[in-house]
Amino acid sequence: MRLRDLGFVCLIVACGLALGRGVFRSSASVTAVKADVSQPLPDRPNVVGRVDEAFRRSWNERGIEPAPPAPDLAVMRRLSLALAGTLPSLEEIRRFEAQPPERRIDGWLDDLLRDRRSADYLAERFARAFVGTEDGPFIQFRRRRFISWLSDALLENRPYSAIVRDLIADRGIWTDHPATNFVSVTFDPAVELPDPERLAARVSRAFLGARIDCAQCHDHPFQHWKQADFRALAAFFGGVHSNLRGISDGEVFYKPLDRKTKAPTTVEARVPSHPELQPKEGTPRQQLAGWIVDPRNPYFSRATVNRAWAFAFGRPLVDPIDDLATADEIPEVLDILAADFAEHGCDLHRLIRTIVATEAFRLESDAPPSPTAEPKDETWAAFPMTRLRPEQVAGGIHQAAAVTTIGPESSWVVRFISYTERNDFVRRYGDTGEDEFAPRGGTIPQRLLLMNGEMVEKKIKGDMFNASKRIAQLAPDDDKAVELTYLAVLTRRPTPEEAAHFKHRFEGIKGDRRVDLLTDLYWTLLNATEFSWNH
Amino acid sequence: MTSLDRRAFLSLAGLSWLTPVGRLLAQQSESSREPARSVILLWLAGGPSQLETFDPHAGTSFAGGTKAIETAVKGIQLSSGFEQLADQMGSVSLIRSMISKEGDHERGTYMLKTGYRPDPTVVHPSIGAVCCHELPVGTTDIPRHISILTGQWPSRGGFLGGEFDAFQIDDPKGKLPDVASQVAAVRDQRRVLDLDVVDRAFSLRRKARVDATLHRETIASARTMMTSEQLKAFDVSQEPANLRAEYGDSPFGRGCLAARRLIEVGVRCVEVTLNGWDSHVNNHEIHRKLVKQLDPAFAALLRDLRARKLLDRTVVLCCGEFGRTPKINPFGGRDHWPTGFSLALAGGGIRSGVAIGETDPEAVKDPVDPTTVQDVHATILTALGLNPLKENVAPLTGRPMKLSEGRAIRSLIG
Repeated sequence: MRLRDLGFVCLIVACGLALGRGVFRSSASVTAVKADVSQPLPDRPNVVGRVDEAFRRSWNERGIEPAPPAPDLAVMRRLSLALAGTLPSLEEIRRFEAQPPERRIDGWLDDLLRDRRSADYLAERFARAFVGTEDGPFIQFRRRRFISWLSDALLENRPYSAIVRDLIADRGIWTDHPATNFVSVTFDPAVELPDPERLAARVSRAFLGARIDCAQCHDHPFQHWKQADFRALAAFFGGVHSNLRGISDGEVFYKPLDRKTKAPTTVEARVPSHPELQPKEGTPRQQLAGWIVDPRNPYFSRATVNRAWAFAFGRPLVDPIDDLATADEIPEVLDILAADFAEHGCDLHRLIRTIVATEAFRLESDAPPSPTAEPKDETWAAFPMTRLRPEQVAGGIHQAAAVTTIGPESSWVVRFISYTERNDFVRRYGDTGEDEFAPRGGTIPQRLLLMNGEMVEKKIKGDMFNASKRIAQLAPDDDKAVELTYLAVLTRRPTPEEAAHFKHRFEGIKGDRRVDLLTDLYWTLLNATEFSWNH
Repeated sequence: MTSLDRRAFLSLAGLSWLTPVGRLLAQQSESSREPARSVILLWLAGGPSQLETFDPHAGTSFAGGTKAIETAVKGIQLSSGFEQLADQMGSVSLIRSMISKEGDHERGTYMLKTGYRPDPTVVHPSIGAVCCHELPVGTTDIPRHISILTGQWPSRGGFLGGEFDAFQIDDPKGKLPDVASQVAAVRDQRRVLDLDVVDRAFSLRRKARVDATLHRETIASARTMMTSEQLKAFDVSQEPANLRAEYGDSPFGRGCLAARRLIEVGVRCVEVTLNGWDSHVNNHEIHRKLVKQLDPAFAALLRDLRARKLLDRTVVLCCGEFGRTPKINPFGGRDHWPTGFSLALAGGGIRSGVAIGETDPEAVKDPVDPTTVQDVHATILTALGLNPLKENVAPLTGRPMKLSEGRAIRSLIG
């Protein structure tokens, strides 16, 4: 063993001792503070009432009776899936139910917004809109670095406008200035430059909610933005370079070919609307960023609200998520929320709190009152049912099979294993890619994977570390064992009919066969429609 | 149009059934008119070098010592190592002037597999997904789109839907994944029965929505597949040992053999991946090793398909995402080269024994008769009896999309 290694071992041992003696605060004590009932929760933003009113009015006008409120546990499940991409653990459910009813959901949301798991998961979902799912150029693009930077920003609730400003205008090396990966992912090795047109397409979709890139090939008959607008937008990136010192601004190289004469043309950078909001100072990219995040630019806040809504509900307010420009009309609710978002410094946490506090988010997912009411003509009079994303399914299986919470506070071995297994599962299950809100049913390979797959078997069989075995050992009686399994997998208790059915199954069964029965129950619940859908 | 013609012809053939000459004529006409019904894609992931495969420039400075061999077709040479394929050259066509704009692995793969450039507004379906979507289902109850030895970017259904994604399997030597229950039949059946209880509780308030998920129907189809006789098509151990040996004792060889068995039971598209062509370093050695697997498998597949009268009904496409630079870099490697690379086509009634296009040995001039990826897709679709101009509507955007934006290559079709 070399001296350096020895020093390292000493350091680790010392840290361990220090931790044991309470020199550092362990994460467990942080959790204890979080659960403190006396701590005040943030106020419910006033805008919530206005959103509720707008929905009530539209339901009245159409003669729709909204669904009844959903049980607290159902709302808890929605929140965990939306923000942390997984199910609540038994541990968390116990903590949730120990709270007074009026604090449960707001308190749980507050916990989630302070949870690294949520920041990581939301960062991954935002990244799909920012840089797509491509691996990108090997040297110039560092996806992991980009996501962890984004995750940090989301955890500290940095204003969204500041994040977007960095994405568009930051300079430097992609490892040192991770925001520049937004630009460097479009690096085209053939010309050794980032691609202004791909950047313009990303910017308009992610931040303006407009598929202005569809105008790239032809003028869209229903859209007021034209080919010329697209090129003028791309021209803001016409001088962005990429070399050993990273992303920088310099000489303009963007000279697209004229459609008719096929001769290279010079295009002047120009914003597609509200030119008065464009700052006069700064590099072209800084000017574009300034224009986009200006509180008076209606496109930016609308696009952001539509995306946040989709994260929460599994479906955007205006569908498709990045094509608000061609919508027949903008729903009143979207404008109410957008105005509030712009007025409050692009505060994402406030926006999420607001959406979650609305009546619409807390309704039961009943069948819609009229068969024509969905999905295109969404009234939000019932919570929409949407298919879970592959990583939500993978995360859900992992969490359901463990009694304790899997997350930043669990040991790195557990997290590493769950990460690699999850990735393999997602690969086989089929990632939805960027098109993550497309309404789709499940596929045969997905059902096979859930019914017979190795990962599912490994997680549900009666092994020492699996919940099926632990529940068999710890539950005082059969009723309780069935109930705990239901809570772990479906975040609800069995109905009387279900309880009676499974009680009968367990009667007189002991030992290993009882563990097998719990494994079977796990299998059944994981393969039920209810598990694979958000509701 | 074509199907009408065929029907008209068949009724005619019915009338002339009595005379032996008429019967003979009918058979002949039948085989020449019947379009292909399956595609086998031999996917060379990483981007093979055209110079060490289908477009040798032996003796030039860029060859770096790679030799060329004569083939069964006079005037067409292959790189050394393709001795078996050389014998089959009469059944193969080469395109040596492929051009694309995508020099990145992921984007190039997307381009070659879908025939479209990556586009943030829509995910295009791979050619195999298009086949499954457009061609009749028949009596197949296993997935009709299969990916063997799946690489990093398997073929996808794109906007046609996840049900058109390729079903992924590893080396056919191993157990087929996920098709057998992990527990004994009694327990398995009880588990499935219990699903009713849980789904009933969930459907109570939201029956219409739960019905619309088609979850239970999908489970039913999956269970049909689990007990299907056709699953045996994956099992190459049922083939005679000498045939297995011809394909080669490698995962890729077994994959090609499984591909033939699968199309026999009505699978529309099988992609078999041979990984590792990304030869930035030690290009020649890497190619020598991989060609040792590719050559016997490709040649055996063609012989086998012909012997079973399946070659005319099956298009075989062998390619990667791009070619490699003519210039050899300081590490003895070749880098990405999407302008002037090669691919091989066979079967499906596509004209064979020809080589289209030429590349400049000095790599200064553009390729002669440049061919786009779109045109190759249109050619394959035409061989399958499909009209490349047919449009499907991408959901969400409502944008009509042609099956392919290219045109069938005249000298290969008709």
